[in-house]
This record gives sequence, C-alpha cells and structure tokens, in this order.
Amino acid sequence: MLFTSYEFLGFLLLLFFLYYIIPARHQWKLLLAAGYVFYAVSGWKNCLFILLTTGSTYILALRIDRIHREQAAYLKEHKKELSKEEKKSYKARNRSRQWRLLLTGLFMNFGILAVLKYTNFAIANVNALLSLTGSERQIGFVSFLLPLGISFYTFITMGYLIDVYRGKYPAETNPGKLALFVSFFPQLIQGPINRFDEMTETLFSEHRWNWQEISLGLERILWGFFKKLVIADRILVGVTTIVGDPETYDGIYVFVGMMFYALQLYADFTGGIDITVGIAQVLGIRVRENFIRPYFSKNIAEYWRRWHISLGAWFTEYIFYPVSVCQPMLKFSRFCKKHLGDHVGRRMPVYMASLAVWFTTGIWHGASWNFVVWGLLNGLIIILSQECEPLYDRFHRKFHVKDRFWYRLFQVVRTVLLMSSLRMLDCYRNVPLTFRMFGDMLIHSRLSQLFDGRLMSVGLTVSDYGVLAAGTVILTAVSLAGRKGSVRQQLAAGPAVVRCVLIYGLFLCTLIIGAYGVGYDSSQFIYNQF
Amino acid sequence: MMDEIITILKNLHPDVDFETCDTLIDDGILDSFDIVSVIAEISQEFDIKIGAEHIVPENFNSAGALWELVCRLEDED
Repeated sequence: MLFTSYEFLGFLLLLFFLYYIIPARHQWKLLLAAGYVFYAVSGWKNCLFILLTTGSTYILALRIDRIHREQAAYLKEHKKELSKEEKKSYKARNRSRQWRLLLTGLFMNFGILAVLKYTNFAIANVNALLSLTGSERQIGFVSFLLPLGISFYTFITMGYLIDVYRGKYPAETNPGKLALFVSFFPQLIQGPINRFDEMTETLFSEHRWNWQEISLGLERILWGFFKKLVIADRILVGVTTIVGDPETYDGIYVFVGMMFYALQLYADFTGGIDITVGIAQVLGIRVRENFIRPYFSKNIAEYWRRWHISLGAWFTEYIFYPVSVCQPMLKFSRFCKKHLGDHVGRRMPVYMASLAVWFTTGIWHGASWNFVVWGLLNGLIIILSQECEPLYDRFHRKFHVKDRFWYRLFQVVRTVLLMSSLRMLDCYRNVPLTFRMFGDMLIHSRLSQLFDGRLMSVGLTVSDYGVLAAGTVILTAVSLAGRKGSVRQQLAAGPAVVRCVLIYGLFLCTLIIGAYGVGYDSSQFIYNQF
Repeated sequence: MMDEIITILKNLHPDVDFETCDTLIDDGILDSFDIVSVIAEISQEFDIKIGAEHIVPENFNSAGALWELVCRLEDED
C-alpha cells in the first residue's frame, strides 16, 4: 500500500477516526493491528518474516535482561562473601552468556536480511569470477521475496537488542508492545530508524484529542504530499529519460540529470519522512526527525549529520564506536603510534572504523557495486577533507572569508555539487558507465546544448519546468524559514488568515498540479527499495 | 587519578582548561579522534575496558565525568 494511494488515504482516515473514539487504553493495540494490516496488504508472507524477527528478539532480549537482573540480585546478596576475583569471574561468565545470546540474535536477523537481499549479488560476483578463470559454469540466480521495509525493521530491532545487552534499558515484557514498536507502520516504508527508549513514552501511552497537535500533523502530511506528488513524481520522468539513454543525453545533460536527481531524491525522501512524522503527530506519537536542511551543509561530513540522521546515528552508535574502541583496534592504534607517530596512531582507528561504516552504508543502500563504491567514496572524501583540515585552517587564518556570505554560499554549492556527483552512481547504477558519464560531463558540457531541443524531449513540458522551478523556490524558502524553528509553529503563531490561505493554497496545488488523478499510480518512494 | 586524566586530556588540547570545562562534547572540543585517543590512553593507564556503550556525552563532557567513569569501571572490575 503506497503512502500516495487512495487505499492508504482511506486506511489512514479510518485509523484516525477509530483511534480517537475507542477507549484510549486500547489505542496501542489498534496501532498494532493497523501495522499488521498495512504489512499484510503488501503480501501476507511478509508478516512471517517480521513476526520471526520480533519473536526471536523478544525472547533473546528477555533472556539477556534476566541475566542482568539475576546478576544484580546475586551480587547484592553475596556482596560480603565474594572476593573481587570471584565477582569478576562471575560477571565474565554472565557477560559471555549474554554475548552468545546477542550474537544469536544478530546472526539470525542480519542473516535473514543478508540472504534475502544479497544472495543474488554474491552469485553475480561468483559468476564473474568463474568467467574470469575461464570456467563455463555459472550459478543460477534465486528468486527470494524481499519483505517490505526489512532493512529498516531489522536495524530498529537489532538496535533494541544491543541496547538491552548494554543494559541501557530493560527488555519489554509485553510481546504485543514490542511487536508494535517493530511494526509501527509509518516507519516501515522508509524509516526513520527509531529507538525504543525514545518512542515508548508516546507509543504506548493514552492520547486524547488535541486539535493543535493534530492540525500540525495534518499540515506536515500535506507538505509531504506536496513534495512527493508535485515535485518528486513530476521530475521522475526527466531523470528516468536522461539516465536511461546516456548516448543521447550526454554533455551538459549529464549535469541536468544529476541535478534533477538531487531534487527528486530530496523531495521524495524528505516528503516521505514528512508524511511519516505527520501521521505519528496526528496519533500523538513522537518519532525521530531525519533531516535538518541537509542541502545547506558546508561540507560532506556536516551533510551526513543532517541527512538521514537516524541511519547515521545507528551506524555511529552500533558500528563506528564499537569498531574504533575494540581491543584489537586500540592495540593497533598503539602500534601505529609507536612506529608511525602520534598523528597516524590517533587517526588509524577512526579512519578504519569510518571506512567500515561507509562500506556498510553503501551495501545497506543496495546489493550492487555502484552502492559500495558510492559509500566508500563518501568515506574517502570525508577522510581527505579531515586530512586537509590544517590547510583549511591556514587558508582561513590568512584570508578572513569564513563568515562572509559569498564564501558560505560557495561552501554550500560545493557540497551540493559533490553530493550530487557521487549520487550519479545511484542514477546510472553501473560504475564504469558513471565514471564515463562524469568525464563526459566535465569535458563536453556546453551551455548551448541546453537549446538544441533535447531539454524538451525528456518528458517534461514547459509548464512542468515552471512548476518545478516554483517548487524549488518554495522548498528553498521553507528551508530558510526553518532556520528560526518549525515553520508550522511559526505559521500557527501568526495570523490565522495567513495560515489558512497558505494551507489551502498548498492543498489546492497538491490536488490540481500534483502528478495525480484518476487511474494514476504514484511511483514508489526511492528509499522504500532499500 | 584525576591528575593523570587531566594530563591525558592536556596532551590532546594544551590550550583547554580541563579543570573547569564541562562542555567538552557539547561544545565540540573533543572530536571522535580525541575520544578514541582518550579511551586508548585511559584503558592502558588504568587497566580497564571502556566499551562503546560508555561513549555518551555525560561521560566525556568533563575531566570529572571521565574520572567518575573510570572509578565506576574500576569498581565493576
């Protein structure tokens, strides 16, 4: 069920209605049922996978938590009798039991994800190796079902299991509540990757009708639909045409396609998250924000702190720090310090952990080499800019331009261009072709090519270009206004007439000029495929 | 113990007053390189294990918070 389908709108209206007329203590149960209905519509077999992940995590987390509690009780009871060594050995035994339970959960659930998502990628690589060695033998591809949102709910669930293992909070004893946390339907399409301790406060509590919050949530949903239907779905045809025919659309059209995709991805992904956050707000539930005006970042590292924040935070907490401070890495760091100097010794664990994170980020986005290369290039650019930091400092000390508007603008444009260039790997989905087209763009781009008629052959009309230009101006203006805090809150604090006119105008725009209409099937969200 | 922690921190940022500063993470004084370096040094100096679960701003915002973390981990050991 697409967020942008009539079925989903009907489903949502019915849910909102039921949510506020049933006794508040049953609201979370209704949400659980709604999540499974939503999930079953995408294929009832999907439910088996999410149930397996939920069930295994529920049992393992409870067992890990029981060891925590038994240990605390035992140590309290035998505080005086046990020597320090005995306590240490008792704790180590328990830690080892908990570690085995955690590993079981991680292997099982990431294993399911790996098998379903990456088997064909592995087969394709084995086949390529067989061909290289002159063998005629080839392994046949397999056809696996890829359950809706499996990457998202697996990360959400494993984050919970690791937190319980770390003793951050106790395990949830009610299986229904854990099942709701995993299957909360707005987050299944494209995140955000929520945390159990942050969500429980509002997810399981009772909510009364609060028109102020509900109206803010509905506005956010409308804003998400505007981005998705008016901008992302409109520009999609242009991106598909340009990327699908690289022989015709070369030179400056590679740049046009690159910028079209940057706009499409932003409107599509942030629009989807707006719908998610808006639905949650109408239900009185707080979920993580996933973006903070990412296209206004001054460098790539900052961009990644402001784009898909929940994924970045997950990788930082569960991969980056565990890898960079694990004992072998610390030993390696000391070894490097001793033999290669302080500078290398300090940086080595961080850089190696960064590359591990970026490799995983790449492969998380898709089972193909273009995503792996994309991830590693992001990591390399961040490491390179980190190494160039002393140079930047010297430059800024010599030329006092850091706070000048035009310099900040230059930094923002540079970041957008860099990120958009890297995303060409996502567009063309073929590493050699991407590099060839990137070279072609740099060497053969001429402004005059924009007027040779090809611009009007990408599937967009003059009015489409007009709508996209106006949409981009609106997106930019709203982002700029967002620097002072929530735009919806600012509107709510202003005159009611202005708010009504703007909301009504946005609604009409989405209804009339959205890529929308009877029989129209909106495209899937880009991040849904991940 | 506190003196040793301050010495480790001073080696990274000689210009910062670690006796009083309690916003080392919040103000971005310690970055990820520093955190990993501090963990490597402290683990070796005090023979304790600082895991990823301990890397939260509350434990690294000041020399005092770090000292409390070390005491806690030594007690647990």
